[in-house]
Amino acid sequence: MKKIISIILVLAVLATLTAVFAGCSNGVAKDEIKVGFIFLHDSESSYDKNFIDAAKEAANELGLRDDQIIMKTGIPEGEECTAAAEDLVDQGCNIIFADSFGHEAYLLPVARNNPDVQFCHATGTMAHTEGLDNFHNAFASIYEGRFLAGIAAGLKLYEMNKSATTKNYKMGYVGAFTFAEVISGYTSFYLGAKYALNQKEANLGDQLTMEVTFTGSWYDLDGEKAAAERLIANGCALISGHADSDGVPNACEENNIPNVFYNGTHNKSVYLCASRINWTPYFKYIITQVIKGKEIATDYTGTLATGSVEVLALGNIAAEGTQKMIDDTKKLLIKEKLNVFDTDTFTVGGKKLDAYKADVDSDAAYTADTEVVAGGIFQESKFRSAPYFDVRIDGITLLDEAY
Amino acid sequence: MTKNSSREPLFHITKRGATVWWKPLFIRAIAIVAGLFIGLCFAAAYTKVNPFKLLGYMFSGAFGTQKRIWNLLQDTALLLMVSIAIVPAFKMKFWNIGADGQTLVGCLASAVAIYYLYDKLPTWALLLVMLLFSLTAGMIWGVIPAIFKAKWNTNETLFTLMMNYVAIQLVSFVLLKWFPSGQNDFAKFFSRYGNMPKLGNPYVLILIFAVVLTVTMHFYLSKTKHGFEVSLVGESVNTSKYVGVNVKKVIIRTMILSGAICGFVGFALVAAKDHAITTTMVGGRGFTAIIVAWLAKFNPAYMALASLMVAFLSRGTSQILSQTGITNSALPNIVTALVFFFIIGCEFFITYSIKFRKKNKDATPANEPPAPETSEPAKEPSSPSSEEETPSLAEAPAEERTPAEEALPTEITEGGEEK
Repeated sequence: MKKIISIILVLAVLATLTAVFAGCSNGVAKDEIKVGFIFLHDSESSYDKNFIDAAKEAANELGLRDDQIIMKTGIPEGEECTAAAEDLVDQGCNIIFADSFGHEAYLLPVARNNPDVQFCHATGTMAHTEGLDNFHNAFASIYEGRFLAGIAAGLKLYEMNKSATTKNYKMGYVGAFTFAEVISGYTSFYLGAKYALNQKEANLGDQLTMEVTFTGSWYDLDGEKAAAERLIANGCALISGHADSDGVPNACEENNIPNVFYNGTHNKSVYLCASRINWTPYFKYIITQVIKGKEIATDYTGTLATGSVEVLALGNIAAEGTQKMIDDTKKLLIKEKLNVFDTDTFTVGGKKLDAYKADVDSDAAYTADTEVVAGGIFQESKFRSAPYFDVRIDGITLLDEAY
Repeated sequence: MTKNSSREPLFHITKRGATVWWKPLFIRAIAIVAGLFIGLCFAAAYTKVNPFKLLGYMFSGAFGTQKRIWNLLQDTALLLMVSIAIVPAFKMKFWNIGADGQTLVGCLASAVAIYYLYDKLPTWALLLVMLLFSLTAGMIWGVIPAIFKAKWNTNETLFTLMMNYVAIQLVSFVLLKWFPSGQNDFAKFFSRYGNMPKLGNPYVLILIFAVVLTVTMHFYLSKTKHGFEVSLVGESVNTSKYVGVNVKKVIIRTMILSGAICGFVGFALVAAKDHAITTTMVGGRGFTAIIVAWLAKFNPAYMALASLMVAFLSRGTSQILSQTGITNSALPNIVTALVFFFIIGCEFFITYSIKFRKKNKDATPANEPPAPETSEPAKEPSSPSSEEETPSLAEAPAEERTPAEEALPTEITEGGEEK
């Protein structure tokens, strides 16, 4: 008798489970969906604030209640991330998002154990090789944003040189580390400026040069300021950068040098232009996909078209016609009539780049494994969302490669 | 004290004599509750949520699910282990505030072993090498300030503090050598190697480590000659020299032990928890451990309780954030700080008591005997509280002993109190 009862019970449990799983594949009701967020720091950090604001914005636009969004701030890149993700699973989250590169290795085991929860990770590189249906990477084609910001820089240089007796077409750039995300960023910025100069006068862009230096840190107020001052002393007429502090704008303000910023505007007189990644479209996308019961892309690259890449308001010092050229070029980029990494627009060691293998699949030896030049274009962010353009092109001088 | 005519002040502060064992605990418990209450009221004003509801969130964050309880226990165990590591040094009055760095170099040493040997050794051998590396690294980091202290009497507080930053820079340097891109890929490629067995659940092993370490340290400090020498040096260097203890040797030996235990915690972090190396993985435990050790007066059993309380505060206040949708982590820090503030403040009330002026003037004649007044003006028999706590039998022998030497007897009375 006991046996029969237990068999019936087991069958009942199985039936319920099947029903639950079947329900999952058909999507989740909008007022039942729960999204968990794991942030490295809190909203005092500009990096995390960008994600936190976007999460709130997405929830707001989709009409989710406050209790459908669970945010965990200050989660280190360690076992705490695994614990936080497991806790979010226990709280019934359908989607769990983590915002820092180092979270990825700690998120994967949780994803493996919870196949019916979707895991999304920004800036990561492993989704396309792990083969998990519920683990996804995301990034944005921020190189397009930097290309457009580069146009503002090119036009400003043109304006500055028009009245000058000695021409100076040298820019400076302060980067954090010598790796693909930063290289892709400064190269697209340079190519944008070059494009703008060429639009003004044929072949003028060939005179454009850029010096790049690295600080070895993502946030180093003094280091970034000192680096910018070094570039200014070298005669750079305009400075941009890719790190998270205000060090570069501070140096520019003191020396009255135009500055192209990143991830936000600043209200200094030298502010020219800035680009940023807006994560709201991605958050809306993943939530909507789960509500509809549809798959989330393994690698999602937000673009100008999706609204993930933004050029922020121009500063007062922007040259005339800058906004128009940015708007026109943006349309060309969206329609793919223009490509940032068109191999006709730059040379490597004096030659055109016909073929290039990049390190797309992660391995400990950083093997270059994938051919990424096709159709006369370096196909950035196509084989995975995180950037892999790490080519040193002509016209850009790296002052140091210590980092 | 012949000011007969002048009025007695509204209140005066007197040192407490030997007191019943539960009284200090009771005062601390009141301080914790009061600190938490004020902290929660502050949080309530900020979040516009009823403080009792917030307290409920805290308990839910710490004990709400089985996993949360395991996480809480793991936090407790790790903090307890670091506290255990610094106890011998602190008992010796060697202010080792470098436990963070000593633990971090322990982590680094294990990571170095994994990075270079992961494909050359079987797991058990790799673990052994990691353990040896970590113990040695922690030892070296601990013994450098000790040698300087013993030889040249340098300030160990500054020295150990600075060694923390050297450790952080060392880890940054090694990471940059391994991963020049600035992206720390250690966990991605090496987290499979050099893992301790899980014993059914990834949290159990660290708990076992903590229990064994705590019991061993208790035994070492209270039952061995080494432990006695540590207390002796802490109480009085001159007495130690007088009775023939080699003070330099004790300082160096104790810091080797302290550093080695920190190194061991580093090994545990890498092999049984994070399987990675970052500059922030010790997470300030080396500093929090000082508060834990002080709160517990270096008693290992109380240290476990203090660690649990700190872990509870941390988990609980994070849950408040998560559940109220606040993304600024200043709030949990403020709540935790308020609790600590009350606990530290209450030490004053444990050592001293406040006597208010008596309304009844007949009570004053008790101050008659002039001799004990200089040392113990507190002994007014009229005050009901002091009557309980000053059984004259317990007091007298302590006073008799003090002129002989400071070190030994206080140690004994302290031990008696704690029992």
